[in-house]
Amino acid sequence: MAACSVEELLAKAEQEEAEKLKSISVHKELDLEFDVGNLLACDKNRIEVRDFREQKKEDFLRSLARDNTQLLINEIWKQPTERVEEAIVVKLPESATPLPREKPPPKPKPPTKWEEFAKLKGIQKKKKTNLVWDETAKEWKRRWGYKRAKDDTKEWLIEVPETADPNEDQFAKRVKAKKERVAKNEFNRLKNIARAQKIKVPGVGLTPVAQQSKDDLSKAVSVAKTSTASAGRFQDRLPKEKPPKNTGKRRKFEPLIGNFGTEKQKQLELLKLMDSKKPRLDITKAVNKQMREEDREEAAAKYKKGAGKKGRKGNMSGKGKGKGGKGGKGKGGSKAGGNKAGGGKKRGKPGKH
Amino acid sequence: MTQLDGIVKPKTKRSKRFLDNRAPKLIEDVKTAMIMKGGNTSQTITQALKDIVTVCSVFNLYLLFRKNITRPFEDSTSLEFFSKKTDCSLFLFGSHNKKRPNNVIFGRMFDFHVLDMIELGIEKFVSLSDIKASKCPEGTKPMLVFAGEAFDTDNEHKRLKSLLIDFFRGPTVSAVRLAGLEHVLHFTALEGKIYMRSYRSLLKKSGCRTPRIELEEIGPSFDLVLRRTHLASDDLYKLAHRQPKALKAKKKKNISHNVFGTKFGRVHMQKQDLSKLQTRKMKGLRKRKGGVVAEDQDGQAPKVAKVES
Repeated sequence: MAACSVEELLAKAEQEEAEKLKSISVHKELDLEFDVGNLLACDKNRIEVRDFREQKKEDFLRSLARDNTQLLINEIWKQPTERVEEAIVVKLPESATPLPREKPPPKPKPPTKWEEFAKLKGIQKKKKTNLVWDETAKEWKRRWGYKRAKDDTKEWLIEVPETADPNEDQFAKRVKAKKERVAKNEFNRLKNIARAQKIKVPGVGLTPVAQQSKDDLSKAVSVAKTSTASAGRFQDRLPKEKPPKNTGKRRKFEPLIGNFGTEKQKQLELLKLMDSKKPRLDITKAVNKQMREEDREEAAAKYKKGAGKKGRKGNMSGKGKGKGGKGGKGKGGSKAGGNKAGGGKKRGKPGKH
Repeated sequence: MTQLDGIVKPKTKRSKRFLDNRAPKLIEDVKTAMIMKGGNTSQTITQALKDIVTVCSVFNLYLLFRKNITRPFEDSTSLEFFSKKTDCSLFLFGSHNKKRPNNVIFGRMFDFHVLDMIELGIEKFVSLSDIKASKCPEGTKPMLVFAGEAFDTDNEHKRLKSLLIDFFRGPTVSAVRLAGLEHVLHFTALEGKIYMRSYRSLLKKSGCRTPRIELEEIGPSFDLVLRRTHLASDDLYKLAHRQPKALKAKKKKNISHNVFGTKFGRVHMQKQDLSKLQTRKMKGLRKRKGGVVAEDQDGQAPKVAKVES
């Protein structure tokens, strides 16, 4: 009797279980492929076209979708869950479908010079605090940067060391040293970047370029020539090579207390020039200047007409002024240095008329 | 920007952050998509594009306000230019003309060059507003279901499947709230057509832990027809899939398991000088200057003999 009832109970229990599972079980010929990481399910079963046409399309699709979603949900529910702030959350595994990347993977950066050295010596990075206690100001200040704790350049009193020149400016010296360190650091940083990106940087002199033009080559030759101990003064030249044009100083200044004779001469000449009623004039230069000015005026007028048509008037005045100013300065410069009164500010006042 | 013969580096932290955002990364962010209208668009197309935007709205960028007179299949340079400027790798281009009515091109880029482009024609379209039902909140990660053999057998359909996954996937998350699994996108490939339906899933009580699903149609529904495709060559496709080495899970060496599941590892020792080994010191066994060792041996031998007998 008992055995019968036990069997009955078991059978009943099984039936109940089956019923329960009925609501969530779906029968499919082929199992679906799941990618839980992407919440993705792929159904490979053949869809009977006849079924599709018999039922209404939407209903057929909906029932198919319902079945597939049920299977996907069953799969998702198999994953481990946890409770996060009053919500039950299921942890998803990593996505299994390979999808193409957006951009190619980054190339690993080559280590900088310091990193290589540290690796060689086995130097580890020590974590440092951001703020340091400054005794004089009695507060926490930054370790580096704006208003840092021990600022070398901001001291109000610097003792002159015994070995130093008494007339030297110690404050300026410190500021200059800091500037040099900053510049050196920046230079090294950029060199590291250049090494990382494999861009060629010149150690000293010029960078080699793949296709060199005539100017580049002549520049390279002159740089090579002047990089000798005597700055290229005793270098032989090729038979047809011309001496370089722009060597030496661009401006020559006479020493302050030097040759009194020449200085006197120069001053007297200048006075004579300023005294003479006739302006010192170079006829050809004046004529050329006048012609150029006329051409420019014509061009400006044409442009103004054209601009007026298109409605762009605003640019004109700026252009005219710019051109005029440049022209005046250029012409002033072209006249020899001594004649300061004549050429400088005049804008093409013709001498002939 | 400070310069040293061709190296340009950002001067401000903000510009540096901007450039770092756009630089290639080990683990990439969510892909953004740009949605564009072509030279001529119909009402269906504009409505369809807008609906797609609302369906996956979290990560999109749209250029709906300007008509771009380009033909992606002929000249993709303007697409690539836009992609570079906006840093988007997916695009959706809608257009309408007599020859190809209600045309929609799904595409994706690799390294700002077109990888895949698939042109679909919208035959039937029911918009979001036409279906009266309560909608899912925006930004929910949708569940994607693909049905039909074609998605497994036909090459073009396979690429289309991958493209659609890319588009509608949403951000990659490690965990999902169970109650928030509402949105379902169902794609069926049948008779050369692709039916896309969007449902809201209601989790009903079933006898056991896993709920029973009931679906309610929301969202836009499309009946699509596959038109032209421009798929990437196999090498380019493979190249695009190449993952950086750092992402590969490192296998832990020197771990082995026996039948019972006990973990074993090998410990490698240097060669030891056994004479200098630290053991318990027994005074009697200490080495003495003399022939004590021989005595021991003799002592031991008769013992052995005794036992045997």
